Amino acid sequence: MGATRRYRLAAGVGAAMLAAGTLTACGSGSQGITVNVYKYPQENFQAIVDSCNAKAAGRYNIVYNKLPREADGQREQMVRRLAAEDDSMDVLGLDVTWTAELAKAGWIKEFTGSVKSQVETGTLKTPLDTATYEGKLYGAPDNTNVQLLWYRSDLVPTPPKTWDEMISMAEALVAEGKPGQIVAQGKQYEGLVVLYNTLVNSNGGTILDENGTKAIVDDKAVEALAALKKLATSKAIDPSFSNAAEDNARLAMEGGNAAFQLNWPYVYAAAQKKPDFAKNFKWAPYPTVSGDQSKVTVGGINYAVSNYTTHPDESFDAVLCLRGAESQKLAALKDGVPPTIEAVYDEPEMAEAYPMRDDIKETLKNASVRPRTPAYQNVSTVISTILSPPASIDPQATADRLRKELQDALDSKGVLP
Amino acid sequence: MSQTTTEDTTTTGASPAPVAPRKKVLSEGKKAERRLGWLLCAPAALTMIAVTGWPILYSLLLSMQRFDLKFPDRTEWIWFDNYVTVLSSPYWWNAVWVTVLLTVVTVAVELVLGMSLALIMHRALVGRGIVRTTTLIPYGIVTVVAAFSWRFAWTPGTGYLAEALGGDPVLTEKIPSLMVVGLAEIWKTTPFMALLLMAGLALVPDDLLKAAAMDGASGWQRFIKITVPIMKPAILVALLFRTLDAFRIFDNLFVLTAGSQGTSSVSMLTYNNLIKGLNLGIGSTMSVLIFIMVAIIAFVFIKLFGTAAPGSDDGGKR
Repeated sequence: MGATRRYRLAAGVGAAMLAAGTLTACGSGSQGITVNVYKYPQENFQAIVDSCNAKAAGRYNIVYNKLPREADGQREQMVRRLAAEDDSMDVLGLDVTWTAELAKAGWIKEFTGSVKSQVETGTLKTPLDTATYEGKLYGAPDNTNVQLLWYRSDLVPTPPKTWDEMISMAEALVAEGKPGQIVAQGKQYEGLVVLYNTLVNSNGGTILDENGTKAIVDDKAVEALAALKKLATSKAIDPSFSNAAEDNARLAMEGGNAAFQLNWPYVYAAAQKKPDFAKNFKWAPYPTVSGDQSKVTVGGINYAVSNYTTHPDESFDAVLCLRGAESQKLAALKDGVPPTIEAVYDEPEMAEAYPMRDDIKETLKNASVRPRTPAYQNVSTVISTILSPPASIDPQATADRLRKELQDALDSKGVLP
Repeated sequence: MSQTTTEDTTTTGASPAPVAPRKKVLSEGKKAERRLGWLLCAPAALTMIAVTGWPILYSLLLSMQRFDLKFPDRTEWIWFDNYVTVLSSPYWWNAVWVTVLLTVVTVAVELVLGMSLALIMHRALVGRGIVRTTTLIPYGIVTVVAAFSWRFAWTPGTGYLAEALGGDPVLTEKIPSLMVVGLAEIWKTTPFMALLLMAGLALVPDDLLKAAAMDGASGWQRFIKITVPIMKPAILVALLFRTLDAFRIFDNLFVLTAGSQGTSSVSMLTYNNLIKGLNLGIGSTMSVLIFIMVAIIAFVFIKLFGTAAPGSDDGGKR
């Protein structure tokens, strides 16, 4: 008995000491709750964080933790820590394609109630779609992105309206011995998936069904494969197309070989450093494949709140500020990322930094989302592997292989290349 | 060195017969001593089992389940389905062949280069320290750092090697990038091979070589007929180490190509499925398969070629 009592006493003292430790930890925390934000390295993001911290007026303190520069590295770090139920991550900056995966795994919180309605008010529909999975909102769109057609007005007086028109105009220029090449992203990576997704959606096709559980790859998607092959085998295609990422395409056009470029709007800001080139560097909506408007793949970043956060209320509050109209305007003007709140496009300062803002906004209204499935990483890897190199696509056979391997990936039965 | 080995061989070789009957008549003191011995090494042995045995068992268990972190509600016991999936996947076999090819080619080249380096280091009369130090520099550089410098060297526009060869992006095609990976691997690990071989060279008695020279054996004959046979255990150990290492190639590939254009090794593929794809079932299946392949390589080397594990004497086998 005596021994037990002594043991209990010791245990009690131990527990008390532990509790004291926790209490002190909490005590220091309550003076300022820390909300840890994990986001890609964005040059002027700290300024946004500072202004949000000022607004929070001591209720919490946002700390910006930089993720790796490459998307794979960002996803890997977050996923690994979430799988280990790490409670030191509160707000996560997610690529638009990761929502489904993290939501399905139960790693991010749903947006509900007034937070949800505040996020939805005034936000463009397509970016909002990227943050939605199975009818629930899991993210708050921060910035978005769509590709446009960039062309040289000294070679091309009126920009082409359709895909075929673009290819034939380019071929005519090349035949005349002029720099008429088309540059785009054909390397085996996400950029190729973006290109193919744009072609499929613009043609009214489907890669996966609405629930993201069944691989469809219908006839319209087969036609999109043919359109991609037509570009890749055209006489006017950039010879290094099958190795080209965004920046390779930009450099090829700035180097003077190309008359057409399919790329994100950041190329506009980059071109301004070369005034001779910039004066003829113009943009137009993405060429259509069929129908009168193309459905361009949307990119961008959404904020999500980790399921393991110890301060959910503060985290949601921080998200609302970080993606608020003021923050988005700052990011758009200083970091060149297109906003997701429609009203921000109409701010007067936007006209100078974003002369193509109306085209971006129009394109966004009709943009398309990449397949929404928890297995997106696998789907993307399968698509870019099978479509690579684009010149050797055999539409029907490639589509059949795509359908089979995509289904395996969705059933988590397949091996990732 | 050779002296002690032969002595050990004779004693252990002779002892097995008398040991067996003597076992029954162990004295009480001897028994207690043995028990104490077991007790003393038990904590270490148990720790080893806990940190190596459990992960192996756990990955075996995982490999027999559909276990995907993306679909936590779909976890189920599927026995050997994952093995069927992996073994019927063209990506897996491509990775296996890439790995085997890289292993065979790099280890063969390393053996030849390592042997020449070892001979140079062994025979160097002047500046022995400088020769050895410069030879060992590549081995002293962290693999990832070395791989990055190779990658920059082969990047068109910034790299001196790419520019020297006409500025083609070599790391974007399968065969050229495999050659670059092989080159980086050889550059990095030849010194290790040379070190192990140099230890073997020290075993060769000078008297024997001098006697052979007196009898008119040419330099090549002395090397093939005397040096190599005496060095054989050292060569086999070096080959075993390097083969096992090369088979698990990961860091070089990860930095140089990240497995694109079908350049994945088995380790790279496992990483892609396990860490990137979050598919614990398929990924563990691959780890188990790699474990089996590595075990086969070790078995072949030790049982068929008679490689002696370092530290043991190969008494019982010959």
